[in-house]
Amino acid sequence: MEKTKPQESQSGTGLMNWIDARFPATETIEYHASKYYAPKNVNFWYYFGWLSMIVLIMQLLSGLWLTMNYVPSGAGAFASVEYIMRDVEYGWLIRYLHSTGASFFFIVVYAHMYRALAYGSYRGPRELLWLIGMAIFIALMAEGFLGYLLPWGNMSYWGAQVIVSLFGAIPVIGPDLMEWIRGDFLMSETTLNRFFALHVIALPLVLVMLVFVHIVALHHVGSNNPDGIEIKKNKDENGVPLDGIAFHPYITIHDIHATVVFLFIFCAVVFFAPEMGGYFLEKPNFEMADPLKTPDHIAPVWYYTPFYAMLRAATYPFLGLPAKFWGFVVMVGAIVIPAVLPWLDRSPVKSIRYKGRLSKAMLTMFVISFFILGYLGTQAPSKAGTIAAQICTAIYFAYFVLMPWYTRVEQTKPEPERVTG
Amino acid sequence: MSDGDVVRDASQEAGEAASSSRRYFLIQATSAVGAVGAVGAAWPFVMYWTPSAKARALGAPVRVDVSKLAPGEMLSPIVAWRGKPIFIVARDKATIDALKVDTAELADPDSVNPEQQPDFAANAWRSERPEIGVYLGICTHLGCSPKHVVSNNFEDTGQGGFFCPCHGSKFDLAGRVVKGVPAPDNLEVPPYRFESDSVIIIG
Ligand code: HEM
Ligand code: FES
Repeated sequence: MEKTKPQESQSGTGLMNWIDARFPATETIEYHASKYYAPKNVNFWYYFGWLSMIVLIMQLLSGLWLTMNYVPSGAGAFASVEYIMRDVEYGWLIRYLHSTGASFFFIVVYAHMYRALAYGSYRGPRELLWLIGMAIFIALMAEGFLGYLLPWGNMSYWGAQVIVSLFGAIPVIGPDLMEWIRGDFLMSETTLNRFFALHVIALPLVLVMLVFVHIVALHHVGSNNPDGIEIKKNKDENGVPLDGIAFHPYITIHDIHATVVFLFIFCAVVFFAPEMGGYFLEKPNFEMADPLKTPDHIAPVWYYTPFYAMLRAATYPFLGLPAKFWGFVVMVGAIVIPAVLPWLDRSPVKSIRYKGRLSKAMLTMFVISFFILGYLGTQAPSKAGTIAAQICTAIYFAYFVLMPWYTRVEQTKPEPERVTG
Repeated sequence: MSDGDVVRDASQEAGEAASSSRRYFLIQATSAVGAVGAVGAAWPFVMYWTPSAKARALGAPVRVDVSKLAPGEMLSPIVAWRGKPIFIVARDKATIDALKVDTAELADPDSVNPEQQPDFAANAWRSERPEIGVYLGICTHLGCSPKHVVSNNFEDTGQGGFFCPCHGSKFDLAGRVVKGVPAPDNLEVPPYRFESDSVIIIG
């Protein structure tokens, strides 16, 4: 088949034909939308990828607008945020969109990741898709952390101080590394300026590029579905999966519907509870950074608290290294360990629907301990809290470390030949 | 043109083998030179992040008047040295005596770790003069600034001391860390000297 010229017969206009001869426009739209077949049984949990993309766009836009009035300097940052909130036309709205957007980003991404855990979406042939997703997750955490310093409130300052100090716990190179990150002997304007550069230019670029390859990888292997079976195994005579439906218009219409519902909830928060009782915007951050005074109770924003609780759960020195080093190791380990899931899951089936009791119990306990850790991370340290965090941390890691065992020994149900409901 | 039609003879194959090993060598050599170049090019970008000459110059000593500091108090407002908070506390006789005795709960009561203080402060008070203590107000855990707690029944030491709100580390009035808290070391003692009985020079 000669493919150098687009076919005249296509519904395209003269302009479209002109473009198609020079750029694969129609071909791309077909490949990614009108002839991209998604499983017909995808459910609620499959909205969150699309919604992540919507939030990403909102963050890019509101962030760009904030940058127009934000001043990245030690003397000017805090005042410029107040200025945006009080004097700039609709400045409050743009800022609340951005700050609320950050929290919603994590809500949708956590839901998106949970879906992958439940339906075994990380397993072959989607390992690379999953790894790209993990890279997005780490970049997103970094992006949120860097952005949190920018208002130069007292919580921003000390929160960043604690996290940067974590790198100081690494043996030998730690102290120098910490200084290198800050560019100074303490958190200062120098640090603020580089965090600004990274938050506004470097990480958004990285995120956009990663999301692009995420979608390219997804469309190459095709979506998984709640049954965890490959729709590409059953195709009609034209090579179209029997259980597939065209992404456009059959999925897009649902995604648009979900977007409307999502924006409705999102706007309700932006307009009526942008601080969310101190969970989305923290109280001590309404005071300017004071390098001489730590707020009485410091806690990260809610989306980091599960990992923060795990950091605090390490309270014993071990192998001659201090507890804070192990806290760092536990926290980093907890963030990156999901990356190896594709190689831990030995079950003959993918979806939790057909996995055995052990898998179901482990997933449930994993989710519950993640929530408990999230709660504990917001609380002031206490003896009972630390013990609870240690138990939950053990469960969190057990979900991964024991997976090769419990996915093999349990009794699974047979997967259906074709997708259900 | 299709490969199947090509008739290969021995000399051609030997030539190919030689050229493929030559090609291998060239690829390796080029990669090695390229890698050195990449590291060289990255160097300025990495060094750009280290503290600038200006940041390094900002270490001037500070003079602090402690004449008005009464026993049991901590100097307020807190002074800064190199931008970091400095805690200066005055101690009475009872406290000084207690510091020598109440050491069971402490991780390093005798200031064995030489990194945390100048030699002159490696004693039970961790200071040059027992009545005045000077400490860097930065928690040795993850760098928050602890609070001065005066209450006489400050949990483990009975003397009052410093409490870090971030993850609950505790230090006694000589900046010595209590066992079983996240902070691994005693508070640092900055270099300082007494210019007179009422003035300390820090740095
Ligand atoms: C900016 C953040 C992200 C965006 C915009 C995004 C976008 C998407 C979209 C549009 C889809 C297809 C729709 C859907 O399945 O929901 C998808 C699928 C997927 N994503 Fe993401 N994603 C993001 C982050 C992540 C992260 C953090 C992970 C995991 C660590 C991840 C793992 C996956 C997997 C495994 C699939 C295939 C799921 C399946 O077919 O069952 N993604 N992503
Ligand atoms: S920073 Fe002081 S206890 Fe963690």
